[in-house]
Amino acid sequence: MIIIGELINGMYKDVSKAISNRETDVIQHLAEEQVRAGANILDISAGPYSSKPVDDMKWLVESIQKVVTVALSIDSTKTDVIEEALKVSVNRVVINSTSADDDKMSVVFRLAKKYNAQVIGVAMDKSGVPNSKDNRLELAAKIIAKAMEFGISPDDLYLDPIAMPVNVAQAQGKEVLETIRELRMLCNPAPNTVIGLSNVSQGTKGNRGLLNRTFLTMAMACGLTSAILDPLDQELMDAMITADLILNKNIYCDSFLDAYRKR
Amino acid sequence: MTVELIKEKYSGPINTVEIGKGALCPSIKIGGQSTFPFLFDEGEMPNPPVVAYEILDCPPEDWSEHIINAYGNVVKDPVKWAKACVEDFGARALCVRLASMHPDYGSRPIDEALVVLRAIASKTGVPLIVLGSGDEERDNDIMPKVSQALKGENCLLGVASQNNYKTLTATCLADGHSIIADSPIDVNIAKQVNILISDMGFDAKRIVMHPTTTSLGYGMEYVYSIMERSRLAAFVGDKMLAMPFIVFVGAETWKTKEAKEFGSVQGINWEVVTSTSLLQAGADLIVMRHPDAARSVRRYIDWIMTK
Repeated sequence: MIIIGELINGMYKDVSKAISNRETDVIQHLAEEQVRAGANILDISAGPYSSKPVDDMKWLVESIQKVVTVALSIDSTKTDVIEEALKVSVNRVVINSTSADDDKMSVVFRLAKKYNAQVIGVAMDKSGVPNSKDNRLELAAKIIAKAMEFGISPDDLYLDPIAMPVNVAQAQGKEVLETIRELRMLCNPAPNTVIGLSNVSQGTKGNRGLLNRTFLTMAMACGLTSAILDPLDQELMDAMITADLILNKNIYCDSFLDAYRKR
Repeated sequence: MTVELIKEKYSGPINTVEIGKGALCPSIKIGGQSTFPFLFDEGEMPNPPVVAYEILDCPPEDWSEHIINAYGNVVKDPVKWAKACVEDFGARALCVRLASMHPDYGSRPIDEALVVLRAIASKTGVPLIVLGSGDEERDNDIMPKVSQALKGENCLLGVASQNNYKTLTATCLADGHSIIADSPIDVNIAKQVNILISDMGFDAKRIVMHPTTTSLGYGMEYVYSIMERSRLAAFVGDKMLAMPFIVFVGAETWKTKEAKEFGSVQGINWEVVTSTSLLQAGADLIVMRHPDAARSVRRYIDWIMTK
Protein backbone atom coordinates (compact mmCIF):
# COMPACT_ATOMS: atom_id res chain seq x y z
CA MET A 1 0.00 0.00 0.00
CA ILE A 2 1.48 3.35 -1.06
CA ILE A 3 0.73 6.02 1.54
CA ILE A 4 0.53 9.62 0.33
CA GLY A 5 0.71 11.99 3.32
CA GLU A 6 -1.84 14.80 3.08
CA LEU A 7 -0.83 17.17 5.85
CA ILE A 8 1.26 19.75 3.96
CA ASN A 9 -1.67 21.60 2.54
CA GLY A 10 -2.41 25.33 2.68
CA MET A 11 -6.02 24.46 3.52
CA TYR A 12 -4.80 23.88 7.08
CA LYS A 13 -4.41 27.13 9.02
CA ASP A 14 -1.05 26.31 10.61
CA VAL A 15 0.42 25.23 7.27
CA SER A 16 -0.97 28.32 5.53
CA LYS A 17 0.62 30.51 8.21
CA ALA A 18 3.94 28.64 7.93
CA ILE A 19 3.92 29.16 4.16
CA SER A 20 3.15 32.89 4.45
CA ASN A 21 5.87 33.42 7.08
CA ARG A 22 8.35 31.02 5.42
CA GLU A 23 8.62 28.96 8.62
CA THR A 24 10.84 26.23 7.17
CA ASP A 25 11.11 24.25 10.41
CA VAL A 26 7.32 23.83 10.70
CA ILE A 27 7.04 22.41 7.19
CA GLN A 28 10.14 20.23 7.52
CA HIS A 29 8.92 18.84 10.84
CA LEU A 30 5.58 17.95 9.27
CA ALA A 31 7.38 16.22 6.39
CA GLU A 32 9.64 14.22 8.68
CA GLU A 33 6.80 13.20 10.97
CA GLN A 34 4.71 11.90 8.09
CA VAL A 35 7.60 9.90 6.63
CA ARG A 36 8.41 8.47 10.06
CA ALA A 37 4.76 7.41 10.37
CA GLY A 38 4.94 5.52 7.07
CA ALA A 39 4.28 7.97 4.22
CA ASN A 40 5.89 6.88 0.94
CA ILE A 41 4.95 10.07 -0.91
CA LEU A 42 4.11 13.54 0.45
CA ASP A 43 1.32 15.57 -1.11
CA ILE A 44 2.21 19.28 -1.29
CA SER A 45 -0.36 22.00 -1.79
CA ALA A 46 0.04 25.73 -1.22
CA GLY A 47 -3.71 25.97 -0.85
CA PRO A 48 -6.37 27.78 -2.86
CA TYR A 49 -5.80 31.16 -1.22
CA SER A 50 -2.10 31.49 -1.96
CA SER A 51 -1.31 34.84 -3.57
CA LYS A 52 2.07 33.65 -4.92
CA PRO A 53 1.39 29.99 -5.74
CA VAL A 54 4.53 29.46 -7.88
CA ASP A 55 6.89 30.91 -5.28
CA ASP A 56 5.11 29.11 -2.46
CA MET A 57 5.27 25.74 -4.19
CA LYS A 58 8.96 26.11 -5.11
CA TRP A 59 9.76 27.08 -1.51
CA LEU A 60 7.77 24.09 -0.19
CA VAL A 61 9.50 21.60 -2.51
CA GLU A 62 12.97 22.96 -1.79
CA SER A 63 12.40 23.04 1.97
CA ILE A 64 10.95 19.52 2.13
CA GLN A 65 13.51 17.75 -0.03
CA LYS A 66 16.28 19.01 2.24
CA VAL A 67 15.02 16.69 5.01
CA VAL A 68 13.26 13.75 3.33
CA THR A 69 13.99 11.69 0.22
CA VAL A 70 10.47 10.46 -0.60
CA ALA A 71 8.68 11.45 -3.81
CA LEU A 72 6.48 14.55 -3.70
CA SER A 73 2.98 14.80 -5.08
CA ILE A 74 2.55 18.29 -6.53
CA ASP A 75 -1.03 19.22 -5.81
CA SER A 76 -2.15 22.14 -7.92
CA THR A 77 -4.65 22.99 -10.63
CA LYS A 78 -2.23 25.50 -12.18
CA THR A 79 0.11 24.27 -14.91
CA ASP A 80 2.81 26.88 -14.24
CA VAL A 81 2.92 25.89 -10.56
CA ILE A 82 3.34 22.23 -11.50
CA GLU A 83 6.08 22.93 -14.05
CA GLU A 84 8.11 25.14 -11.70
CA ALA A 85 7.84 22.47 -8.99
CA LEU A 86 8.98 19.81 -11.47
CA LYS A 87 12.01 21.92 -12.35
CA VAL A 88 13.26 22.13 -8.76
CA SER A 89 12.36 18.60 -7.65
CA VAL A 90 15.28 16.26 -7.02
CA ASN A 91 13.21 13.06 -6.85
CA ARG A 92 10.55 11.67 -9.14
CA VAL A 93 7.30 13.60 -8.84
CA VAL A 94 3.63 12.66 -8.91
CA ILE A 95 1.50 15.33 -10.56
CA ASN A 96 -1.78 15.76 -8.66
CA SER A 97 -3.77 15.84 -10.93
CA THR A 98 -5.50 15.75 -14.28
CA SER A 99 -9.18 15.28 -15.00
CA ALA A 100 -10.39 13.31 -18.03
CA ASP A 101 -10.76 16.51 -20.08
CA ASP A 102 -8.68 16.41 -23.28
CA ASP A 103 -7.18 19.87 -22.95
CA LYS A 104 -6.13 19.32 -19.33
CA MET A 105 -4.75 15.84 -20.02
CA SER A 106 -2.67 17.06 -22.97
CA VAL A 107 -0.95 19.70 -20.86
CA VAL A 108 -0.37 17.46 -17.84
CA PHE A 109 0.82 14.41 -19.78
CA ARG A 110 3.19 16.55 -21.85
CA LEU A 111 4.77 17.77 -18.60
CA ALA A 112 4.80 14.26 -17.15
CA LYS A 113 6.61 12.93 -20.20
CA LYS A 114 9.12 15.79 -20.22
CA TYR A 115 9.99 15.41 -16.52
CA ASN A 116 9.42 11.62 -16.19
CA ALA A 117 6.67 12.19 -13.61
CA GLN A 118 3.80 10.00 -12.51
CA VAL A 119 0.24 11.33 -12.69
CA ILE A 120 -2.91 11.11 -10.60
CA GLY A 121 -5.88 10.96 -12.97
CA VAL A 122 -9.27 11.73 -11.45
CA ALA A 123 -12.28 10.08 -13.05
CA MET A 124 -14.28 13.26 -13.63
CA ASP A 125 -14.55 15.88 -16.33
CA LYS A 126 -16.09 19.28 -16.94
CA SER A 127 -19.56 17.82 -16.47
CA GLY A 128 -18.70 16.85 -12.89
CA VAL A 129 -18.28 13.70 -10.82
CA PRO A 130 -19.92 10.64 -12.40
CA ASN A 131 -22.62 8.98 -10.38
CA SER A 132 -22.08 5.40 -11.48
CA LYS A 133 -19.33 2.85 -11.69
CA ASP A 134 -19.63 2.58 -15.48
CA ASN A 135 -19.23 6.31 -16.02
CA ARG A 136 -16.22 6.37 -13.74
CA LEU A 137 -14.63 3.48 -15.63
CA GLU A 138 -15.31 5.18 -18.96
CA LEU A 139 -13.46 8.30 -17.86
CA ALA A 140 -10.65 6.23 -16.36
CA ALA A 141 -10.24 4.37 -19.65
CA LYS A 142 -10.06 7.71 -21.44
CA ILE A 143 -7.24 8.82 -19.12
CA ILE A 144 -5.30 5.59 -19.71
CA ALA A 145 -5.68 5.89 -23.48
CA LYS A 146 -4.50 9.49 -23.48
CA ALA A 147 -1.53 8.67 -21.25
CA MET A 148 -0.48 5.90 -23.62
CA GLU A 149 -0.63 8.35 -26.54
CA PHE A 150 2.06 10.31 -24.71
CA GLY A 151 4.10 7.17 -24.03
CA ILE A 152 3.25 7.06 -20.33
CA SER A 153 2.89 3.53 -18.95
CA PRO A 154 -0.36 2.74 -17.09
CA ASP A 155 1.64 1.73 -14.00
CA ASP A 156 2.80 5.35 -13.76
CA LEU A 157 -0.84 6.40 -13.36
CA TYR A 158 -2.82 6.63 -10.13
CA LEU A 159 -6.51 6.54 -11.03
CA ASP A 160 -8.84 8.20 -8.54
CA PRO A 161 -12.52 7.15 -8.71
CA ILE A 162 -13.39 10.06 -6.37
CA ALA A 163 -14.61 9.03 -2.95
CA MET A 164 -17.57 11.17 -1.91
CA PRO A 165 -18.61 12.29 1.58
CA VAL A 166 -20.90 9.70 3.12
CA ASN A 167 -23.26 12.35 4.45
CA VAL A 168 -23.71 13.90 1.00
CA ALA A 169 -23.62 11.00 -1.43
CA GLN A 170 -24.14 7.84 0.55
CA ALA A 171 -25.02 5.72 -2.46
CA GLN A 172 -21.68 6.54 -4.11
CA GLY A 173 -19.59 4.56 -1.61
CA LYS A 174 -20.51 1.23 -3.14
CA GLU A 175 -20.01 2.58 -6.67
CA VAL A 176 -16.52 3.78 -5.78
CA LEU A 177 -15.56 0.44 -4.23
CA GLU A 178 -16.77 -1.49 -7.26
CA THR A 179 -14.92 0.93 -9.54
CA ILE A 180 -11.66 0.27 -7.67
CA ARG A 181 -12.11 -3.44 -8.21
CA GLU A 182 -12.54 -3.02 -11.96
CA LEU A 183 -9.97 -0.28 -12.55
CA ARG A 184 -7.18 -2.77 -12.02
CA MET A 185 -8.59 -4.88 -14.85
CA LEU A 186 -8.64 -2.11 -17.45
CA CYS A 187 -5.18 -2.81 -18.83
CA ASN A 188 -1.89 -4.62 -18.38
CA PRO A 189 0.26 -3.43 -16.63
CA ALA A 190 -2.52 -2.43 -14.25
CA PRO A 191 -2.79 1.22 -13.24
CA ASN A 192 -2.42 2.20 -9.59
CA THR A 193 -5.57 3.28 -7.81
CA VAL A 194 -5.82 6.09 -5.29
CA ILE A 195 -8.46 7.80 -3.18
CA GLY A 196 -8.49 11.00 -1.18
CA LEU A 197 -9.58 9.21 1.96
CA SER A 198 -10.54 12.15 4.17
CA ASN A 199 -13.17 13.09 1.61
CA VAL A 200 -15.25 10.13 2.78
CA SER A 201 -15.92 11.76 6.15
CA GLN A 202 -15.79 15.40 5.06
CA GLY A 203 -18.41 17.43 6.90
CA THR A 204 -19.50 14.62 9.19
CA LYS A 205 -19.59 15.32 12.90
CA GLY A 206 -19.52 11.79 14.26
CA ASN A 207 -16.44 9.62 14.31
CA ARG A 208 -14.44 10.70 11.26
CA GLY A 209 -11.58 8.36 12.06
CA LEU A 210 -13.84 5.32 12.13
CA LEU A 211 -15.42 6.25 8.80
CA ASN A 212 -12.02 6.77 7.20
CA ARG A 213 -10.42 3.54 8.39
CA THR A 214 -13.47 1.43 7.62
CA PHE A 215 -13.61 2.77 4.08
CA LEU A 216 -9.86 2.30 3.64
CA THR A 217 -9.93 -1.38 4.60
CA MET A 218 -12.95 -2.01 2.35
CA ALA A 219 -11.20 -0.26 -0.53
CA MET A 220 -8.04 -2.27 0.07
CA ALA A 221 -10.08 -5.46 -0.13
CA CYS A 222 -11.23 -4.22 -3.55
CA GLY A 223 -7.60 -3.82 -4.64
CA LEU A 224 -6.78 -0.18 -3.78
CA THR A 225 -3.03 0.36 -4.15
CA SER A 226 -2.57 3.83 -2.62
CA ALA A 227 -4.39 6.51 -0.62
CA ILE A 228 -3.97 10.15 0.25
CA LEU A 229 -4.47 10.23 4.00
CA ASP A 230 -3.24 11.44 7.40
CA PRO A 231 -0.39 9.07 8.31
CA LEU A 232 -0.27 10.51 11.83
CA ASP A 233 -3.68 8.93 12.54
CA GLN A 234 -2.28 5.84 14.25
CA GLU A 235 -5.56 3.93 14.38
CA LEU A 236 -5.93 4.46 10.65
CA MET A 237 -2.40 3.23 9.96
CA ASP A 238 -2.94 0.23 12.27
CA ALA A 239 -6.09 -0.66 10.30
CA MET A 240 -4.17 -0.32 7.02
CA ILE A 241 -1.35 -2.58 8.27
CA THR A 242 -3.88 -5.15 9.50
CA ALA A 243 -5.77 -5.13 6.20
CA ASP A 244 -2.49 -5.63 4.35
CA LEU A 245 -1.85 -8.65 6.53
CA ILE A 246 -5.33 -10.14 6.04
CA LEU A 247 -4.81 -9.73 2.29
CA ASN A 248 -1.61 -11.82 2.61
CA LYS A 249 0.67 -9.00 1.53
CA ASN A 250 2.93 -9.57 4.54
CA ILE A 251 3.87 -12.63 6.56
CA TYR A 252 2.07 -12.79 9.91
CA CYS A 253 3.89 -12.63 13.22
CA ASP A 254 2.52 -11.77 16.66
CA SER A 255 4.10 -8.29 16.56
CA PHE A 256 2.77 -7.57 13.06
CA LEU A 257 2.27 -3.83 13.60
CA ASP A 258 5.81 -3.46 14.88
CA ALA A 259 7.09 -5.66 12.05
CA TYR A 260 5.45 -3.50 9.39
CA ARG A 261 6.90 -0.35 10.87
CA LYS A 262 10.40 -1.83 10.82
CA ARG A 263 10.26 -2.33 7.05
CA MET B 1 10.46 -20.37 -32.20
CA THR B 2 12.77 -19.54 -29.32
CA VAL B 3 11.31 -19.71 -25.87
CA GLU B 4 12.19 -16.76 -23.69
CA LEU B 5 12.66 -17.68 -20.03
CA ILE B 6 10.90 -15.46 -17.52
CA LYS B 7 13.41 -13.89 -15.16
CA GLU B 8 12.40 -12.48 -11.82
CA LYS B 9 14.06 -9.40 -10.34
CA TYR B 10 13.72 -8.82 -6.62
CA SER B 11 14.11 -5.62 -4.64
CA GLY B 12 15.40 -6.73 -1.24
CA PRO B 13 18.69 -8.62 -0.86
CA ILE B 14 19.46 -10.91 2.09
CA ASN B 15 21.68 -9.32 4.75
CA THR B 16 25.38 -10.10 4.71
CA VAL B 17 26.68 -11.37 8.05
CA GLU B 18 30.43 -11.57 8.71
CA ILE B 19 31.76 -14.02 11.28
CA GLY B 20 35.31 -14.07 12.63
CA LYS B 21 37.88 -11.33 13.08
CA GLY B 22 40.13 -12.31 10.20
CA ALA B 23 43.40 -12.15 12.14
CA LEU B 24 44.82 -15.65 11.65
CA CYS B 25 42.34 -16.94 9.08
CA PRO B 26 39.94 -15.13 6.80
CA SER B 27 36.56 -14.26 8.27
CA ILE B 28 33.51 -15.68 6.49
CA LYS B 29 30.68 -13.77 4.93
CA ILE B 30 27.27 -15.35 4.44
CA GLY B 31 24.13 -14.03 2.74
CA GLY B 32 24.04 -11.00 0.47
CA GLN B 33 22.15 -12.71 -2.34
CA SER B 34 19.34 -11.12 -4.34
CA THR B 35 18.01 -14.30 -5.90
CA PHE B 36 16.94 -17.83 -5.06
CA PRO B 37 19.92 -20.20 -4.85
CA PHE B 38 22.24 -20.38 -7.82
CA LEU B 39 19.93 -18.55 -10.27
CA PHE B 40 22.78 -16.35 -11.42
CA ASP B 41 20.78 -14.95 -14.34
CA GLU B 42 18.22 -13.45 -11.96
CA GLY B 43 20.43 -11.83 -9.37
CA GLU B 44 23.68 -11.76 -7.43
CA MET B 45 24.98 -14.42 -5.07
CA PRO B 46 28.17 -12.74 -3.88
CA ASN B 47 29.01 -15.11 -1.04
CA PRO B 48 29.14 -18.87 -1.59
CA PRO B 49 27.49 -20.96 1.14
CA VAL B 50 29.93 -22.04 3.85
CA VAL B 51 30.40 -25.44 5.49
CA ALA B 52 31.25 -25.33 9.21
CA TYR B 53 32.57 -28.47 10.93
CA GLU B 54 30.77 -29.40 14.14
CA ILE B 55 32.78 -30.50 17.16
CA LEU B 56 31.98 -30.89 20.86
CA ASP B 57 33.74 -29.54 23.95
CA CYS B 58 34.14 -33.15 25.16
CA PRO B 59 34.58 -36.59 23.60
CA PRO B 60 31.33 -37.44 21.78
CA GLU B 61 29.49 -40.17 23.63
CA ASP B 62 26.57 -40.75 21.30
CA TRP B 63 27.93 -39.89 17.86
CA SER B 64 27.94 -42.49 15.12
CA GLU B 65 31.05 -44.65 14.96
CA HIS B 66 31.33 -43.72 11.28
CA ILE B 67 32.17 -40.13 12.24
CA ILE B 68 34.41 -41.06 15.16
CA ASN B 69 36.39 -43.47 12.94
CA ALA B 70 36.88 -40.77 10.30
CA TYR B 71 38.50 -38.42 12.82
CA GLY B 72 40.30 -41.03 14.93
CA ASN B 73 41.73 -40.37 18.38
CA VAL B 74 41.66 -36.57 18.11
CA VAL B 75 38.00 -36.55 19.17
CA LYS B 76 39.15 -37.26 22.72
CA ASP B 77 40.65 -33.76 22.90
CA PRO B 78 38.47 -30.90 21.61
CA VAL B 79 41.42 -28.63 20.83
CA LYS B 80 43.23 -31.33 18.81
CA TRP B 81 39.93 -32.17 17.15
CA ALA B 82 39.45 -28.52 16.17
CA LYS B 83 43.01 -28.30 14.81
CA ALA B 84 42.52 -31.51 12.81
CA CYS B 85 39.33 -30.09 11.26
CA VAL B 86 41.23 -27.03 10.09
CA GLU B 87 44.65 -28.46 9.26
CA ASP B 88 43.77 -31.95 8.00
CA PHE B 89 40.27 -31.48 6.63
CA GLY B 90 40.37 -27.85 5.46
CA ALA B 91 37.59 -26.39 7.63
CA ARG B 92 37.07 -22.63 7.17
CA ALA B 93 34.69 -22.40 10.15
CA LEU B 94 34.00 -24.45 13.26
CA CYS B 95 30.85 -24.97 15.26
CA VAL B 96 31.49 -25.89 18.89
CA ARG B 97 28.56 -27.40 20.77
CA LEU B 98 29.00 -27.17 24.55
CA ALA B 99 27.54 -30.61 25.13
CA SER B 100 29.41 -31.24 28.40
CA MET B 101 27.61 -28.30 30.00
CA HIS B 102 24.25 -30.10 29.76
CA PRO B 103 22.86 -31.56 32.98
CA ASP B 104 22.64 -34.95 31.23
CA TYR B 105 26.41 -34.80 30.64
CA GLY B 106 27.03 -33.94 34.28
CA SER B 107 27.02 -30.11 34.00
CA ARG B 108 30.78 -29.68 33.89
CA PRO B 109 31.99 -26.34 35.32
CA ILE B 110 31.87 -23.58 32.71
CA ASP B 111 35.48 -22.61 33.38
CA GLU B 112 36.61 -25.88 31.77
CA ALA B 113 34.70 -25.08 28.61
CA LEU B 114 36.07 -21.53 28.52
CA VAL B 115 39.64 -22.88 28.58
CA VAL B 116 38.78 -25.15 25.64
CA LEU B 117 37.08 -22.37 23.68
CA ARG B 118 39.94 -19.89 24.18
CA ALA B 119 42.44 -22.54 23.07
CA ILE B 120 40.41 -23.37 19.97
CA ALA B 121 40.11 -19.69 19.10
CA SER B 122 43.81 -18.97 19.54
CA LYS B 123 45.15 -22.18 17.96
CA THR B 124 42.91 -22.39 14.90
CA GLY B 125 41.93 -18.75 14.29
CA VAL B 126 38.92 -19.79 12.17
CA PRO B 127 35.52 -18.14 12.66
CA LEU B 128 33.60 -19.81 15.48
CA ILE B 129 29.97 -20.67 15.95
CA VAL B 130 29.28 -21.60 19.57
CA LEU B 131 26.12 -23.38 20.68
CA GLY B 132 24.98 -23.85 24.25
CA SER B 133 24.16 -27.20 25.77
CA GLY B 134 20.52 -27.18 24.68
CA ASP B 135 19.26 -26.82 28.27
CA GLU B 136 17.74 -23.32 28.47
CA GLU B 137 18.36 -22.72 32.14
CA ARG B 138 21.96 -23.86 31.99
CA ASP B 139 22.57 -21.92 28.76
CA ASN B 140 21.29 -18.67 30.27
CA ASP B 141 23.90 -19.21 32.95
CA ILE B 142 26.87 -20.15 30.75
CA MET B 143 26.42 -18.22 27.49
CA PRO B 144 27.14 -14.77 28.98
CA LYS B 145 30.46 -16.17 30.22
CA VAL B 146 31.18 -17.74 26.82
CA SER B 147 30.35 -14.44 25.14
CA GLN B 148 32.69 -12.47 27.40
CA ALA B 149 35.50 -15.00 27.00
CA LEU B 150 35.28 -14.66 23.20
CA LYS B 151 34.81 -10.89 23.17
CA GLY B 152 36.43 -9.45 20.06
CA GLU B 153 36.33 -12.74 18.13
CA ASN B 154 33.11 -11.75 16.31
CA CYS B 155 31.52 -15.17 16.81
CA LEU B 156 28.05 -16.45 16.03
CA LEU B 157 26.34 -17.59 19.24
CA GLY B 158 23.18 -19.64 19.62
CA VAL B 159 20.44 -20.16 20.11
CA ALA B 160 17.80 -17.53 20.89
CA SER B 161 14.19 -18.71 20.75
CA GLN B 162 10.80 -17.03 21.09
CA ASN B 163 10.58 -17.81 24.80
CA ASN B 164 14.25 -17.48 25.67
CA TYR B 165 16.09 -14.74 23.81
CA LYS B 166 16.78 -11.90 26.23
CA THR B 167 19.93 -13.17 27.97
CA LEU B 168 21.71 -14.23 24.80
CA THR B 169 20.68 -11.08 22.91
CA ALA B 170 21.93 -8.79 25.67
CA THR B 171 25.22 -10.63 25.95
CA CYS B 172 25.84 -10.74 22.17
CA LEU B 173 25.03 -7.03 22.04
CA ALA B 174 27.53 -6.27 24.80
CA ASP B 175 30.36 -8.37 23.37
CA GLY B 176 29.89 -7.74 19.65
CA HIS B 177 28.81 -11.21 18.50
CA SER B 178 26.17 -12.21 15.96
CA ILE B 179 23.22 -14.32 17.09
CA ILE B 180 21.26 -17.36 15.91
CA ALA B 181 17.46 -16.91 16.01
CA ASP B 182 15.76 -20.26 16.32
CA SER B 183 12.23 -21.19 15.18
CA PRO B 184 10.40 -24.52 14.88
CA ILE B 185 9.83 -24.81 11.07
CA ASP B 186 7.41 -21.87 11.32
CA VAL B 187 7.87 -18.69 9.28
CA ASN B 188 5.57 -16.67 11.56
CA ILE B 189 7.59 -17.52 14.64
CA ALA B 190 10.86 -16.98 12.73
CA LYS B 191 9.77 -13.43 11.98
CA GLN B 192 8.59 -12.88 15.54
CA VAL B 193 11.92 -13.99 17.05
CA ASN B 194 13.78 -11.62 14.73
CA ILE B 195 11.54 -8.75 15.85
CA LEU B 196 11.90 -9.58 19.53
CA ILE B 197 15.68 -9.62 19.19
CA SER B 198 15.84 -6.39 17.19
CA ASP B 199 13.42 -4.70 19.63
CA MET B 200 16.19 -5.05 22.22
CA GLY B 201 18.36 -2.77 20.12
CA PHE B 202 20.22 -5.62 18.42
CA ASP B 203 21.12 -4.92 14.78
CA ALA B 204 18.83 -7.07 12.62
CA LYS B 205 21.72 -7.35 10.17
CA ARG B 206 23.64 -9.47 12.69
CA ILE B 207 20.95 -12.13 13.05
CA VAL B 208 21.27 -15.54 11.38
CA MET B 209 18.07 -17.60 11.24
CA HIS B 210 17.86 -21.26 12.15
CA PRO B 211 14.55 -22.33 10.58
CA THR B 212 14.90 -25.87 12.00
CA THR B 213 15.35 -28.43 9.31
CA THR B 214 15.29 -32.16 9.01
CA SER B 215 17.08 -35.04 7.38
CA LEU B 216 16.44 -36.47 3.97
CA GLY B 217 13.37 -38.71 4.22
CA TYR B 218 11.79 -36.90 7.16
CA GLY B 219 9.74 -34.08 5.61
CA MET B 220 12.31 -32.23 3.54
CA GLU B 221 9.64 -30.77 1.23
CA TYR B 222 7.93 -29.06 4.18
CA VAL B 223 11.21 -27.54 5.35
CA TYR B 224 11.91 -26.43 1.78
CA SER B 225 8.52 -24.71 1.50
CA ILE B 226 9.04 -22.78 4.77
CA MET B 227 12.50 -21.61 3.74
CA GLU B 228 11.27 -20.66 0.28
CA ARG B 229 8.30 -18.68 1.70
CA SER B 230 10.61 -16.82 4.04
CA ARG B 231 13.05 -15.97 1.25
CA LEU B 232 10.32 -14.82 -1.11
CA ALA B 233 9.04 -12.38 1.53
CA ALA B 234 12.57 -11.09 2.11
CA PHE B 235 13.19 -10.59 -1.60
CA VAL B 236 10.09 -8.41 -1.92
CA GLY B 237 11.14 -6.22 0.98
CA ASP B 238 10.38 -7.85 4.36
CA LYS B 239 13.47 -6.81 6.32
CA MET B 240 12.42 -8.91 9.30
CA LEU B 241 13.03 -12.05 7.23
CA ALA B 242 16.10 -10.90 5.30
CA MET B 243 18.54 -12.93 7.38
CA PRO B 244 20.86 -15.71 6.17
CA PHE B 245 20.00 -19.29 7.16
CA ILE B 246 22.11 -21.63 9.29
CA VAL B 247 21.23 -25.34 9.20
CA PHE B 248 22.55 -28.14 11.41
CA VAL B 249 22.64 -30.95 8.90
CA GLY B 250 25.07 -33.19 10.77
CA ALA B 251 22.96 -33.25 13.92
CA GLU B 252 19.76 -33.93 11.94
CA THR B 253 21.20 -36.57 9.63
CA TRP B 254 23.08 -38.67 12.13
CA LYS B 255 19.97 -39.15 14.28
CA THR B 256 18.42 -41.27 11.54
CA LYS B 257 18.70 -45.01 11.20
CA GLU B 258 19.33 -44.58 7.46
CA ALA B 259 22.59 -42.75 8.23
CA LYS B 260 23.70 -44.81 11.20
CA GLU B 261 22.80 -48.39 10.42
CA PHE B 262 23.70 -49.12 6.81
CA GLY B 263 27.42 -48.51 6.65
CA SER B 264 29.52 -45.38 6.48
CA VAL B 265 29.04 -44.79 2.73
CA GLN B 266 25.27 -44.51 3.07
CA GLY B 267 25.65 -42.31 6.14
CA ILE B 268 28.00 -39.97 4.32
CA ASN B 269 25.71 -39.89 1.29
CA TRP B 270 22.72 -39.17 3.53
CA GLU B 271 24.49 -36.15 5.01
CA VAL B 272 25.65 -34.96 1.56
CA VAL B 273 22.23 -35.21 -0.07
CA THR B 274 20.52 -33.55 2.90
CA SER B 275 23.03 -30.70 2.64
CA THR B 276 22.75 -30.18 -1.10
CA SER B 277 18.95 -30.24 -0.83
CA LEU B 278 19.05 -27.54 1.84
CA LEU B 279 21.46 -25.51 -0.28
CA GLN B 280 18.75 -25.45 -2.93
CA ALA B 281 16.30 -24.27 -0.25
CA GLY B 282 18.57 -21.33 0.55
CA ALA B 283 20.92 -22.48 3.32
CA ASP B 284 23.90 -20.14 3.75
CA LEU B 285 25.83 -21.82 6.55
CA ILE B 286 25.79 -25.61 6.83
CA VAL B 287 27.02 -27.27 9.99
CA MET B 288 28.19 -30.80 9.22
CA ARG B 289 29.67 -33.73 11.14
CA HIS B 290 31.34 -36.28 8.86
CA PRO B 291 34.51 -34.80 7.33
CA ASP B 292 34.13 -36.78 4.08
CA ALA B 293 30.56 -35.54 3.67
CA ALA B 294 31.73 -32.00 4.40
CA ARG B 295 34.46 -32.26 1.75
CA SER B 296 31.94 -33.48 -0.85
CA VAL B 297 29.55 -30.63 -0.11
CA ARG B 298 32.38 -28.07 -0.32
CA ARG B 299 33.31 -29.47 -3.74
CA TYR B 300 29.67 -29.30 -4.78
CA ILE B 301 29.50 -25.62 -3.71
CA ASP B 302 32.70 -24.83 -5.62
CA TRP B 303 31.30 -26.53 -8.71
CA ILE B 304 27.84 -24.96 -8.64
CA MET B 305 29.19 -21.48 -7.92
CA THR B 306 31.23 -21.66 -11.13
CA LYS B 307 28.72 -20.01 -13.43
